[in-house]
Amino acid sequence: MSVRRLDPVQPDSFVFTAENLAWAKSTIEKYPPGKQASAVLPILWRAQEQNDGWVSRKAMEYVGDMLGMSHIRVFEVATFYTMFQLSPVGKRAHIQVCGTTPCMLRGAEELKKVCQRKIHAEAHHLNADGSLSWEEVECLGACVNAPMVQVFKDTYEDLTPEALEKIIDEFSAGKTPKPGPQTDRQLSAPIGGPMTLTDPALYSDTRTFTRLEPPPPLETPKTT
Amino acid sequence: MLADKDRIFTNLYGLHDWGLDGAKRRGCWLDTKSFIDKGRDWMVNEMKASGLRGRGGAGFPTGLKWSFMPKVVGERPHYLVVNADESEPGTCKDREILRHDPHLLVEGCLLASAAMGAHTAYVYVRGEFIREREHFQAAVDQAYEARLIGKNNIHGWDFDIVVHHGAGAYICGEETAMLESLEGKKGLPRMKPPFPANVGLYGAPTTVNNVESIAVAGAIMRRGAAWFAGFGRPNNVGTKLFCISGHVNKPCNVEEEMGITFRELIDRHAGGVRGGWDNLLAVIPGGSSVRMVPAAQIIDAPMDFDSLAKLRSGLGTAAVIVMDKSTDLIRAIARLAKFYMHESCGQCTPCREGTGWMWRVLTRMAEGRAETYEIDMLLDVTKQIEGHTICALGDAAAWPIQGLIAHFRDVIEARIDRYAANPDHDGAVARIAAE
Amino acid sequence: MPKIKIDGLEIDVESGMTLLQACELAGAEVPRFCYHERLSIAGNCRMCLVEVKGGPPKPQASCAMSVNDLRPGPNGEPPEVFTKTPMVKKAREGVMEFLLINHPLDCPICDQGGECDLQDQAMAYGISKNRYHENKRAVEEKYLGPLVKTEMTRCIQCTRCVRFTTEVGGVEEMGATGRGEDMEITTYLDKAITSELQGNIIDLCPVGALTSAPYEFKARPWELRKTETIDAMDAVGSNIRVDARGREVMRILPRTHEDVNEEWISDKTRFVWDGLRSQRLDRPYVREFGKLRAASWSEALMRIAQKFKAAKPERIGIILGDLVGAEEAFSIKQLAMQLGIGNIDCRQDGTPLGEKGGRAGYLFNTGIAGLDDSDAIMLIGSNPRLEAPVLNARIRKRYLKGGCTIGVIGEPADLTYPYTHLGAGPETLARFVDHTPATSRKPMFIVGQGALARPDGAAVLATIVKAAKAIGVIKEGWNGLNILHDAAGRVGALDVCALPAGDGGKSARQTLEAAKAGALDVLFLLGADEIDTTALGSTFVIYQGTHGDAGAHRADVILPGAAYTEKQVTYVNTEGRAQMTARASFPPGEAKEDWAILRALSEQLGATLAWNNPDELRAAMYRIAPQLARLDQLTPADASALTELATVDAKMSAEPFRSRVKDFYLTNHIARASKIMAECSVLKTARQLEAAE
Repeated sequence: MSVRRLDPVQPDSFVFTAENLAWAKSTIEKYPPGKQASAVLPILWRAQEQNDGWVSRKAMEYVGDMLGMSHIRVFEVATFYTMFQLSPVGKRAHIQVCGTTPCMLRGAEELKKVCQRKIHAEAHHLNADGSLSWEEVECLGACVNAPMVQVFKDTYEDLTPEALEKIIDEFSAGKTPKPGPQTDRQLSAPIGGPMTLTDPALYSDTRTFTRLEPPPPLETPKTT
Repeated sequence: MLADKDRIFTNLYGLHDWGLDGAKRRGCWLDTKSFIDKGRDWMVNEMKASGLRGRGGAGFPTGLKWSFMPKVVGERPHYLVVNADESEPGTCKDREILRHDPHLLVEGCLLASAAMGAHTAYVYVRGEFIREREHFQAAVDQAYEARLIGKNNIHGWDFDIVVHHGAGAYICGEETAMLESLEGKKGLPRMKPPFPANVGLYGAPTTVNNVESIAVAGAIMRRGAAWFAGFGRPNNVGTKLFCISGHVNKPCNVEEEMGITFRELIDRHAGGVRGGWDNLLAVIPGGSSVRMVPAAQIIDAPMDFDSLAKLRSGLGTAAVIVMDKSTDLIRAIARLAKFYMHESCGQCTPCREGTGWMWRVLTRMAEGRAETYEIDMLLDVTKQIEGHTICALGDAAAWPIQGLIAHFRDVIEARIDRYAANPDHDGAVARIAAE
Repeated sequence: MPKIKIDGLEIDVESGMTLLQACELAGAEVPRFCYHERLSIAGNCRMCLVEVKGGPPKPQASCAMSVNDLRPGPNGEPPEVFTKTPMVKKAREGVMEFLLINHPLDCPICDQGGECDLQDQAMAYGISKNRYHENKRAVEEKYLGPLVKTEMTRCIQCTRCVRFTTEVGGVEEMGATGRGEDMEITTYLDKAITSELQGNIIDLCPVGALTSAPYEFKARPWELRKTETIDAMDAVGSNIRVDARGREVMRILPRTHEDVNEEWISDKTRFVWDGLRSQRLDRPYVREFGKLRAASWSEALMRIAQKFKAAKPERIGIILGDLVGAEEAFSIKQLAMQLGIGNIDCRQDGTPLGEKGGRAGYLFNTGIAGLDDSDAIMLIGSNPRLEAPVLNARIRKRYLKGGCTIGVIGEPADLTYPYTHLGAGPETLARFVDHTPATSRKPMFIVGQGALARPDGAAVLATIVKAAKAIGVIKEGWNGLNILHDAAGRVGALDVCALPAGDGGKSARQTLEAAKAGALDVLFLLGADEIDTTALGSTFVIYQGTHGDAGAHRADVILPGAAYTEKQVTYVNTEGRAQMTARASFPPGEAKEDWAILRALSEQLGATLAWNNPDELRAAMYRIAPQLARLDQLTPADASALTELATVDAKMSAEPFRSRVKDFYLTNHIARASKIMAECSVLKTARQLEAAE
């Protein structure tokens, strides 16, 4: 990873919306009293969502103050966890291309080239109108649907360069493409349809089971 | 082949209702109370008898792990932490459980917690699994609604689930790093001892289990430890979710019997190797953190912990990454080296400094821009990391490279020789710049 | 006690000890970078790896493993640890190589050179050839403030500095950002560290990443003359080492004294040395036609003698300053007695200490180390963070250990640990006079000068003693009444009775009032600067001291003396521990050691003091204050004498207690002459203004 720095251009303030504030309070309550720092990842994440997909200095400080954490501790967290974006990302889409080996084996490098061509030659840079940006990320955990990208909350799987171009175009046009496999495939089932879990008996009625008990032990176990 | 009726994750592909009604129809939440009523010892013993080995990669017996928790709950509460920080390259099985069979996990959390005297479980979902987390949270909400969990629930064991999430750090899948992260800190692995069962989350006794290990607990208790133990081979029993990625015709997730041979797994479920079996080069059989196995050795190997360990590899998370002969193995492993460099927490010296070193050397080797003696040097560097770090990430970073050198040293040598004989310097520079 | 075998040698170890400590006990040296016995265990450098028999087949970090973690052999054999096996050697060499691949080869221009752990250990574990052919990492420079210079490319990420500032300093300001090889040590967005103990991270840093900014490129360690001596910046009596080159003090470092400063010193102690060079009084001066002019010693002394002889003894006053050594205080007290001068006082701040109650009435009776097992602490009119930062860190250490409640009567302030703010002043204090006994076993009061340096000081002290007795701070077998002084010389001066004569002698407060009212002819200030020198009327003022500070500016005659690093004197710290300084360099110009000046003056006054050298002086001093001869020992003071303190029956004002230390960095004339301290002070003021907005 590269050294992570705060963006040189920072907004002057950050406060949660009323809705997010209420949500943050209820999130803090999920953790034991005095352990409110546990909520730092979810709350900082919500702050990022509210702040157009990146964490500003003021947002960090706001979250730190809310959780009784020193600013340096929040800063540590924000720079350690790479899902926190420290600079603005594309407003319409920030394309996260999985580049780790399983995706690489199935063509992730071509996807990166698409991003370079269509968005910016370098990762973490906005395109000309600020609507798009991209980065290469590590394994996103959809390896059997490789190669794939994630855009905000959704994944786009089983991609080809052409499919990705189409997706980027749609985002660029302000639309949200249909997430999931971009081929005719049922999620992580093999192409052409599931070859297991095809027994209709599994789904016809509420299932019941009989316990298989082990054969009685040969000698009585000592009781202590 | 495992019969459909013996598959635990019957909504693996998301074709059916993942919600409470659907889950109940598929047998989830059936008789759950009766297991809890039988008491902690019965449940722990059942898990022990099932022979279940942890599905997160290390393969530590789950029942035994549960038994390490203090027998009596003292002043400090007990906690269950479920590791849903699925980030091991090649692995995408917990994702399916979270989004398609979430109630198996909710039920498993309740059973495991009751078995360990815990009243709270934290499920740590990796940050990127946003939709998966939403599904799982919805399932948890349904369970609360139906009073399956929560205070004064119908099972008679007060129990809360907190769905927590990460924010992009592979290392948080390491159990103690996960606890640090849950406490709101950077995910730096802790030193052991003390082990989490003594000093875990918030300093309290804690057990960290993988999603799959917990999600099968209900089925094991319902159908009997003997049922589960009846699959596979001794010490390597049960069913297992395999993730087959890479150069196969039909990559997929599938639940199979432990010990299924690699050949059967690929032929039956993944449509065979791309270009046929003769085109197979090597396989990483257990997620990126295990050593690769060359084609000849893996083809008829049983896919289980002990068999793959004999091949100096491992079952790991059963994430099978298949590489055919078109693969540039040096680049493939260099990319993994980059992954480990990116994911090293930076806490301890060998991993912090060594992962970057290895990646840089491998990147050069991928072009051939290296000296032959550097292969041994690289191997030596992996040995200097292995076993010298706080957590296993150092080992995990070292092993893929060791596997490459052990089996494909000649490929590296040939690449180096080719470069030396015909150095295409401009091309090399262009390639680097492109990356 | 568990037994353990280290390299074949069987030893008994204490339960809970780390393997690293056990190895040291057995004489096996274990290299380390991140481990530090006074900080939490990080276990991250991996240099202290050892081989453990019967353990996993990989080396273990000895700093992080307890002797209790090892199991005995099958027949009860003690567990075995090896520190010199090939496995250990190979592992350590590997770690060393990793540490060096990204470490710059800039030792020739690194201030740490010659005293660098990495350099030293590389001699033992470094391999001679370099196998790393990639680019080395360069790390952006950080700003930590004016005291600590960074060169972060040299950092080996041991996190000692982060742990020190967080744990000991009590300020969460440093951290390690990013991860992997890009992990960087920094403060939050390059803000200066606010801890008064931050200089200690320079000592803790095992490499040259954090070095002393004022000392930067000034000297090499091997060319410095090292003198072990005692600090005088506060009343803790920190043990220090003064490194000088020629006449100039180049730096000040801590020495370890478990019962006093452990191994920390405050930033004032460490960085005040540039104040020893500037504004120095290097020759006598006399005032003529309103202007000071240089004079000879004999002229200056003669001028004083004329004035003394012309004035009646009751119209002469003597006030001692904060840095006066016990020998000097004793000398001037003897001189005053011989001249019949009763108006002498070492308490320029105007406290009632020493008048009643014996030694127990003005000491930190539990000793500083006594903090470690106190279970309740009440701070009265004190801000120990400013008055004695090292002692404050010890309170924090006690707090972190748990089981100790802390209360404050006085100004609320950030003390680096949480406390209950009980109230602002006397009214709150009075409530404790008829309090029921506390349940705590070893409760203590820490009484700052802020509670006592006020006109009603005697009444406050009486109330404190009454409250102490009610609560159980003073009880059978326990005296938890702790006076926290802020002046290094005060206790020593009290020990030699540098106090007003019993028959109508004026206190410092009364003397100053007399001067203002024109009822004083001559005022002798022995290093006293913390008084209002603008309100001395037409009094003839003599200033003996080291710096051109307030006292010297008002003086009619100036006698140049020696600073604490330039003489051998006794300082008695707040707990009553007598310690002797050593001369690290000579006073500048014609300045002389203060005892010699007073001896010469006494001759001029026709009241020659009865000693010709410091040894004879001390022999005389020890006759009246024998405890001063017992260097570095604590003599418990008789607590029964405290009863008489409680008999004072005066009313306290309602005025809240305020710490006397307004600006930590500028508490005495040496600190005020220091540019470094001035810079720190400006920074702190700016920060306070910013915070106030």
